[in-house]
Amino acid sequence: MDFEQSLRRTRSASVSARSYAAGSKEMTVRDALNSAIDEEMSADPKVFVMGEEVGQYQGAYKITKGLLEKYGPERVYDTPITEAGFTGIGVGAAYAGLKPVVEFMTFNFSMQAIDHIINSAAKSNYMSAGQINVPIVFRGPNGAAAGVGAQHSQCYAAWYASVPGLKVLAPYSAEDARGLLKAAIRDPDPVVFLENELLYGESFPISEEALDSSFCLPIGKAKIERQGKDVTIVTFSKMVGFALKAAEKLAEEGISAEVINLRSIRPLDRATINASVRKTSRLVTVEEGFPQHGVCAEICASVVEESFSYLDAPVERIAGADVPMPYAANLERLALPQVEDIVRAAKRACYRSK
Amino acid sequence: MAQHLKSSSKSILLNILRHNIGFSSPSHASRHLRHNLPHGPPSTRLSPNPITRYCSTMVDTLSSIGSHEDTNSQVMDFPGGKVSFTPEIQFISESNDERVPCYRVLDDNGQKLTNSRFVPVSEEVAVKMYSDMVTLQMMDSIFYEAQRQGRLSFYATAFGEEAINIASAAALSPQDVIFPQYREPGVLLWRGFTLQEFANQCFGNKSDYGKGRQMPVHYGSNKLNYFTVSATIATQLPNAVGAAYSLKMDGKDACAVTFFGDGGSSEGDFHAALNFAAVMEAPVLFICRNNGWAISTPTSDQFRSDGVVVKGRAYGIRSIRVDGNDALAMYSAVHEAREMAIREHRPILIEALTYRVGHHSTSDDSTRYRSADEIEWWNKARNPLSRFRTWVESNGWWSDEAESDLRSRIKKEMLEAIRVAEKTKKPNLNHMFSDVYDVPPLNLREQEVLVRKSVKSHPQDYPSDVPL
Repeated sequence: MDFEQSLRRTRSASVSARSYAAGSKEMTVRDALNSAIDEEMSADPKVFVMGEEVGQYQGAYKITKGLLEKYGPERVYDTPITEAGFTGIGVGAAYAGLKPVVEFMTFNFSMQAIDHIINSAAKSNYMSAGQINVPIVFRGPNGAAAGVGAQHSQCYAAWYASVPGLKVLAPYSAEDARGLLKAAIRDPDPVVFLENELLYGESFPISEEALDSSFCLPIGKAKIERQGKDVTIVTFSKMVGFALKAAEKLAEEGISAEVINLRSIRPLDRATINASVRKTSRLVTVEEGFPQHGVCAEICASVVEESFSYLDAPVERIAGADVPMPYAANLERLALPQVEDIVRAAKRACYRSK
Repeated sequence: MAQHLKSSSKSILLNILRHNIGFSSPSHASRHLRHNLPHGPPSTRLSPNPITRYCSTMVDTLSSIGSHEDTNSQVMDFPGGKVSFTPEIQFISESNDERVPCYRVLDDNGQKLTNSRFVPVSEEVAVKMYSDMVTLQMMDSIFYEAQRQGRLSFYATAFGEEAINIASAAALSPQDVIFPQYREPGVLLWRGFTLQEFANQCFGNKSDYGKGRQMPVHYGSNKLNYFTVSATIATQLPNAVGAAYSLKMDGKDACAVTFFGDGGSSEGDFHAALNFAAVMEAPVLFICRNNGWAISTPTSDQFRSDGVVVKGRAYGIRSIRVDGNDALAMYSAVHEAREMAIREHRPILIEALTYRVGHHSTSDDSTRYRSADEIEWWNKARNPLSRFRTWVESNGWWSDEAESDLRSRIKKEMLEAIRVAEKTKKPNLNHMFSDVYDVPPLNLREQEVLVRKSVKSHPQDYPSDVPL
């Protein structure tokens, strides 16, 4: 695949910029998620998986492959078709001390269960004054895939990240997937874990440290994927790959872009974002979701509030088109941010001060 | 199986299969993928084979059923079991001719019916049950008055439903976890929640276990296994099923018990929870307080089935209809249901018929949508307290003197509890920010600092009775 090959080229460039342990192993995001769930289930008997097709079908996207065989039908539970039902049941099980990992076939379907996620999970610890905590993880693919239309392509990062009481994570690489999912399962608060269908098959280099079963990434810390000094590009999930490609293109034109992978949407790592903008003086934010009230709006607000005097150019927001996702491949491509859009935005941010 | 098919239908079938297989690729992860696996021979369960699924719906003529030689003795081997055929166009009626009968032990006057069967109750338990019913009624009356006087912002009474509250609690064990709606404070009362603790929550003071976070009557107690009231209707039903699953996995001698009203049975969560509980074989009791009204919506506008009890069968759940104003009947039904749920790992549905004597809440005036006569009739003729009192007294376990002693003691305790609760300080400012997460995150710690700074520089803009 062309995209994958170019991604690998980008990847190896950024490997030299970071200090990886000397592992040359690679792992797909799918295997990373599968191994993370497997290890956490093995370590803690209270962890169990539930969702549609997670057991016998091995998972709609094969993320839970092999788990039914290993842990049995009581810990890998195939549910009837009722998101409201199994989400409510998962929350109830969490109230009673188990640690459910609830899979939504896509987060679009989570809308049928969103009352339980917000009112039964997110707010419970607060409303009960600490008597009821909900150590649950809601995970599944989020955002656009390829040719699945409006009802299967929406990004829910902004919706969930606006709710106090939830933690919202969005991994990009295999290391992100492993470390963040393990952290989410171990966390005593409810966590919304936004994966991306198109990243499942992507392979990433992975260090020995990340392969260890005790590996865990901190929640609330963003990662600087590529150091730079001229413009800061902040994004999450699949767009991190696009931003890295854009950075390559910008480097050819003499613009050094710093790419930040948010990893955590709530809590948002405002410190890292602002520190970077204070260094580069320019901000470009990118997301696949709808533009109004998006994640990028929050990042821009944070930077304008905290680092206004450091900015040399207006903040830039790249988001998906303000339309329900069209199905036709050509229209879908136009409705989503592409590498060229990121490059143009960065250039605008760089020329404006002149 | 293929040899049973004639060649023309075989080619049609294969065309259907080809079309279907084209849709099965995993990258089109949409609801097209959901196909129920047939409950056929074990080999078909592990490898989803569309050919087997389609073949199983073809008519299969058995060589013999019993001793019939009749060519009409055909049976379809369908997922879930054999289904026999009928040549008649028969629609199952929307309702039975007779309504499901209602289990009761005491008649309207509190006399035990001669042929009634019930689980015996000792003097100690009966006296505690009756005393708690009186306490609940008096607590409700006094808090209601306090709201009317402007001392409480809100209250909801359980008048008319005291038997459901107390008798069900009495039949359960302290380890059974309760998922209430909001009209079951009696369960907490039975388990030992004091009048002072109720008052503290209603006044939202610093002794409130809820740290002043919720409206009055949204009680909760970890210690007493009573999950904090959540105002959203019927969401506690699937939560209870999840908790029951957890109890089953841990092998505990306990069940989950959840309460809801006739109105709650319309929520999607009701259907998901019951269906799921049956499939999961979860030890959970679903207790429906069918009190005739959901705010101003009568049951005739809520559903067209014979109440809620008939819905249990639709999900494969054992169900019973009980006279909710008969304390002994409630006690027996819940007692038996609990045994079955735990021993057999199954959910049970109990529909308790009763009447909401009070208004929905202090924000409601029910005389606007129902007659005062109707309310009065239920309050007098079917009053759960007077019926049970008659039976308790008939055993020589209660008297007028005991009644007046109890009532004057409760009244004194209640007034004192309110006096103390009103005077107790409100929760500290830091409790605005605690418990959002397990550990307060940086942004909340920063916000608290900002709020405190603001309060310090502009004290006149902030309430003076919130301790810092």
